[in-house]
Amino acid sequence: MPQGDYIDLHRKRNGYRHDHFERKRKKEAREVHKRSQIAQKTLGIKGKLLSKKRYAEKALMKKTLAMHEESSTRRKVDEVEEGARPAYLLDRDETTRAKVLSNTIKQKRKEKAGKWEVPLPKVRPVAEDEMFRVIRSGKRKTKQWKRMITKATFVGPSFTRKPPKYERFIRPSGLRFTKAHVTHPELKCTFNLEIIGVKKNPNGPMYTSLGVMTKGTIIEVNVSELGLVTPAGKVVWGKYAQVTNNPENDGCINAVLLV
Amino acid sequence: MEVEAAAAMVMEEDRELNKRVICQLTDSEGTALGAPIFLPESAGPKELQQLVNKLLDNEEKMPYAFYVSDHELVVQLGLYLQKNKVSVEKVLNIVYQPQAVFRIRPVTRCSSTIAGHTEAVLSVAFSPDGRQLASGSGDTTVRLWDLNTQTPLFTLNGHKNWVLCIAWSPDGKHLVSGSKTGELLCWDPLTGKQSGNPLTGHKKWITGISWEPVHLSAPCRRFVSASKDGDARIWDTTLKKCVICLTGHTLAITCVKWGGDGVIYTGSQDCTIKMWETTQGKLIRELKGHGHWVNSLALSTEYVLRTGAFDHTGKQYSSPEEMKKVALERYNKTKGSVPERLVSGSDDFTMFLWEPAVSKHPKNRMTGHQQLVNHVYFSPDGLWVASASFDKSVKLWNGITGNFVAAFRGHVGPVYQISWSADSRLLLSGSKDSTLKVWDIRTQKLKQDLPGHADEVFAVDWSPDGEKVASGGKDKVLKLWMG
Repeated sequence: MPQGDYIDLHRKRNGYRHDHFERKRKKEAREVHKRSQIAQKTLGIKGKLLSKKRYAEKALMKKTLAMHEESSTRRKVDEVEEGARPAYLLDRDETTRAKVLSNTIKQKRKEKAGKWEVPLPKVRPVAEDEMFRVIRSGKRKTKQWKRMITKATFVGPSFTRKPPKYERFIRPSGLRFTKAHVTHPELKCTFNLEIIGVKKNPNGPMYTSLGVMTKGTIIEVNVSELGLVTPAGKVVWGKYAQVTNNPENDGCINAVLLV
Repeated sequence: MEVEAAAAMVMEEDRELNKRVICQLTDSEGTALGAPIFLPESAGPKELQQLVNKLLDNEEKMPYAFYVSDHELVVQLGLYLQKNKVSVEKVLNIVYQPQAVFRIRPVTRCSSTIAGHTEAVLSVAFSPDGRQLASGSGDTTVRLWDLNTQTPLFTLNGHKNWVLCIAWSPDGKHLVSGSKTGELLCWDPLTGKQSGNPLTGHKKWITGISWEPVHLSAPCRRFVSASKDGDARIWDTTLKKCVICLTGHTLAITCVKWGGDGVIYTGSQDCTIKMWETTQGKLIRELKGHGHWVNSLALSTEYVLRTGAFDHTGKQYSSPEEMKKVALERYNKTKGSVPERLVSGSDDFTMFLWEPAVSKHPKNRMTGHQQLVNHVYFSPDGLWVASASFDKSVKLWNGITGNFVAAFRGHVGPVYQISWSADSRLLLSGSKDSTLKVWDIRTQKLKQDLPGHADEVFAVDWSPDGEKVASGGKDKVLKLWMG
């Protein structure tokens, strides 16, 4: 009978030694220290081989740990998304941007007060010299009553020029704009919208009537493609926006929608 | 003869008028009522109603509407002939259609706005007896509402994602909701407790739930659910498990209906409609014809299947057997002698009218919409079909022939859902433009505009007893409307 079997037999008959598990635990706990001692003491080729072996073990352990770890990327994210849609709209790639403004009450209150709180409350006053350039006319170029506007302008589609003799203000076609990049402040997205008209130029009513667009000007834009709807279900098509850049410098008009 | 006697009765009233029109009365399916008769030109709808009641031997007088070549007859016959220049020599075909004996008041005002859901309301449904209301929302809860005090009653937590569909059993004893994760939950509407574990099996979100009609089995046990993964599953609420899995569609199923003959209809994004037998789950027939996704199905008997044994009188039934009997009676009465009709609305902008029990070819193709048809719905009496489309219009069609009747324009956004009043006289539509609109079928005009929602209206339902309308949408509130 092999020696180990006697131990087995004894264990079967009498059970484990009273301190068997305690001793086992302690021996296991000592094991790492022992191994560390050996690893520190071994020199030369033995040391190299041992450290290579220990390195391989460590790498393997790390690999298995990583494998068993719950990875955040692989885990199925079953979080509830925002913006619930009914089943019949789930398969349609809805653009979520078209939404009704929820702050209609706020809007009404503002309207009652008769004043819009605009994003740019103050603007730099533009002097007449900066706004207009004197054009000399007449055969000898002695007359100086013509002015050319040096800022971006909006000219309505129905505009027809007066005969040059009576045309005091020239709005250069190079600085005319029909479209503006309008940002919706709540939706945080920008649309290229058609300009309907210039509502107010803070520099003066004359500039408003001329359709001059400088920084801070309130323009009316066509928002029908945004699909905004009033609480009564009518489509909103005109809305005000304020110009936020210097169009004459930038060659485009950026504006923020007033909601 | 009796026919002549009745005619004579009408004639007696205006003896001095000797002008007469030869008329043939037929019912909506084209069956003649007696022989052609001479009627005085002064006879109007009122006299005709008396005549039809007499000819049909109705014990209690029924209201009727009369149609001459698909247009309602509202004036005296003589005036009609003059106006439309119809020859007096020919037999004038008058179609009579029975009207509901009760009348439902049109909703005119918002009686309450109940907040509670913290996300968009995706579905609302009244119980078949109209006494309870449930709504499913994107905040993963189903809520039951107290209709008397118009306050929240129970909040049913349990889903892990948006609750897309809810459905009441036709006996009103169960409520089933399906979520975006594909699991279904059964609720007891009286206690607001979940009954049993979640029913899992679908791999993608639930697109539709339909209960087995109560006249086929009472109490209600089985229902069918459709999912985006292309399967439909029949579940048993008593066994709490999936009984049959109906596989065959290659793409998502968008709509499922359990017909009154015990056949399940599924419409799918693979452009087909399939019919399934419900004991073994065999495919019976495949209806092909659509060129794009099938979005919505409607059965001519759908309303009576939904309400089961409950009608406008609000009578309650004690035993399931009684309920089954009454439901069968009501079903047979609504169905009439013709087979069940099915209408399917599709992404190809058209609709088909089928008689699935008779042939696999469509009876009629209903064209006219300029955008996809999102929802189709038969009127409770089965005589009309209404369709909601993304082209901002609601169209009305003849439910028997499938001919175009009228277009209701007025919405400024896509129309999402429609709902009929129980007397088939009014139609409700909810739209993306944040309004609900009530349309009058008789005058074919807008009856009532109901603004009030702050955002898109996703779900509308008119209670079967006609008292209330519930609507929910993206603005997270549930609104109740009353007449």
